[in-house]
Amino acid sequence: MYDVQRIRADFPILAREVNGKPLTYLDNGASAQKPQAVIDAVTRGYAEEYSNVHRGLHTLSNLSTERYEAVRGTIARFLGAADEREIVFTSGTTEGINLVCYGWAMPRIEPGDEIVLSVMEHHANIVPWHFLRERHGAVLKWVETEPDGSLDPQAVIDAIGPRTRLVAVTHMSNVLGTVVDVAAIVKGAHDKGAAVLVDGSQAAVHLPVDVDAIGADFYAVTGHKLYGPSGSGAIHIRRERMDEMRPFMGGGDMIREVHRDEVTYAEPPMKFEAGTPGIVQQIGLGAALDYMMGLGMENIAAHEASLRDYARERLHGLNWLKVHGDAPGKGAIFSFTMAGGAHPHDISTILDKKGVAVRAGHHCAGPLMDHLGETATCRASFGLYNTTGEVDTLVEALELCHDLLG
Amino acid sequence: MARPDFEELVDTFAFLDDWEERYRHVIDMGRALPPLDEAERVPATKVEGCASQVWLVPEIEGEGTAATLKFRGESDAMIVKGLIAVLQTLYNGLTVAEARDVDAQAELARLSLHDHLSSQRSNGLKAMVARIQEIAARA
Repeated sequence: MYDVQRIRADFPILAREVNGKPLTYLDNGASAQKPQAVIDAVTRGYAEEYSNVHRGLHTLSNLSTERYEAVRGTIARFLGAADEREIVFTSGTTEGINLVCYGWAMPRIEPGDEIVLSVMEHHANIVPWHFLRERHGAVLKWVETEPDGSLDPQAVIDAIGPRTRLVAVTHMSNVLGTVVDVAAIVKGAHDKGAAVLVDGSQAAVHLPVDVDAIGADFYAVTGHKLYGPSGSGAIHIRRERMDEMRPFMGGGDMIREVHRDEVTYAEPPMKFEAGTPGIVQQIGLGAALDYMMGLGMENIAAHEASLRDYARERLHGLNWLKVHGDAPGKGAIFSFTMAGGAHPHDISTILDKKGVAVRAGHHCAGPLMDHLGETATCRASFGLYNTTGEVDTLVEALELCHDLLG
Repeated sequence: MARPDFEELVDTFAFLDDWEERYRHVIDMGRALPPLDEAERVPATKVEGCASQVWLVPEIEGEGTAATLKFRGESDAMIVKGLIAVLQTLYNGLTVAEARDVDAQAELARLSLHDHLSSQRSNGLKAMVARIQEIAARA
């Protein structure tokens, strides 16, 4: 039994008011709120168990190292990775994708080599590939979405040519909520000799993910969307790819020996983790993933599917609201604009007065905005603690927007 | 010292104690704002630092500090458009010298509108005021 009211009580911030109204937090796509278990883990990490990791031999250093390293196993379990040595800690998806860009792609991209992307990628999964275009002559090949916002895996596979080195694709659109059949894309790409990087920033929050079943070469996630601290995250990298990668950032912790004329590196994943990491952040992420697995990813997905169905029905019932994206099986993420030219910033300002937090803007998805013919949209994105009552609050607040701005 | 139009607006706002009514009033003021020509919406007139797009077109009549300041403006966001209209009531028709002396933050605070604007939008308001002050300083 998924008791959403009891779950809400685990998130202290949900009890607060905004502008004199109960907070209706529908900006989970940007960042999720934190359960008490995460806040406690962070507090305990600093108050009782803090020291640098992998360094000293004293009690606290051993303790913090143990706590920190245990999270690698938690992330592996959460993502369905059999081998936790394939998990590299990062500060988030952005760092994970840049690691792949600098560590794996950059040394092997020749002018004219291609990277295949969908138009609904987040800038974190676009800009690093632009670096390769600007600096190494890579060609970016864009795959369009269908009118309903879905992405045909075959269209992605068809875009892969003999010069394609990498397919970089999201598992769930942060704007449209579209879920992509990444397993099919991976299979088709591997048959054609291209590697696949999956941006799992949104999908891992809402769906059970099994990276071993998906089979992608790289699967990146970010902690702050997973109800964990900002500055935490991970990327799953298949062993074969890891062995091909050169280190990205250099510094402490990632080396075996350093001399005046020589440096040797630690074994992966440490090879890719330079400097003092976000120790307590990762420990907090471990607590967040334990919390989610405690609720059960299947249960979370089922709860959010019912929210999606209800929100879809209510929002599609507003004939002055244009909802972008209606792919079958999409996540509970709704981007919309309003007839009559009310700017998304106007809408979000009015919604905020009603205590409703949504995102307004381009959502770090410039090519998708171009594709949709919009400069900005509003986005309501739901999480494991949202309720159908909050969908009603959103709709009521939107009706006020329509009254004021329509 | 602000212009009579602005004093009138302060009086009107004093009667509107509910935020919805204040917003409605600001939005209506924005609706009444004539649009700029395409040719006027250019980088030179664009105000950076606002969450939405804003353009301010200065119109200075006369010479020196006795010249009269006027500006027209537009935004793709309706609330911001309304704020441009509010700033017009504050500034338009003042001499350049007078405009330079306007304490916009203090004047706008009299509308009790500032609290109702998100910080991003308040920053946008600041950016618009800074642009008007620049225009006055250059004149």
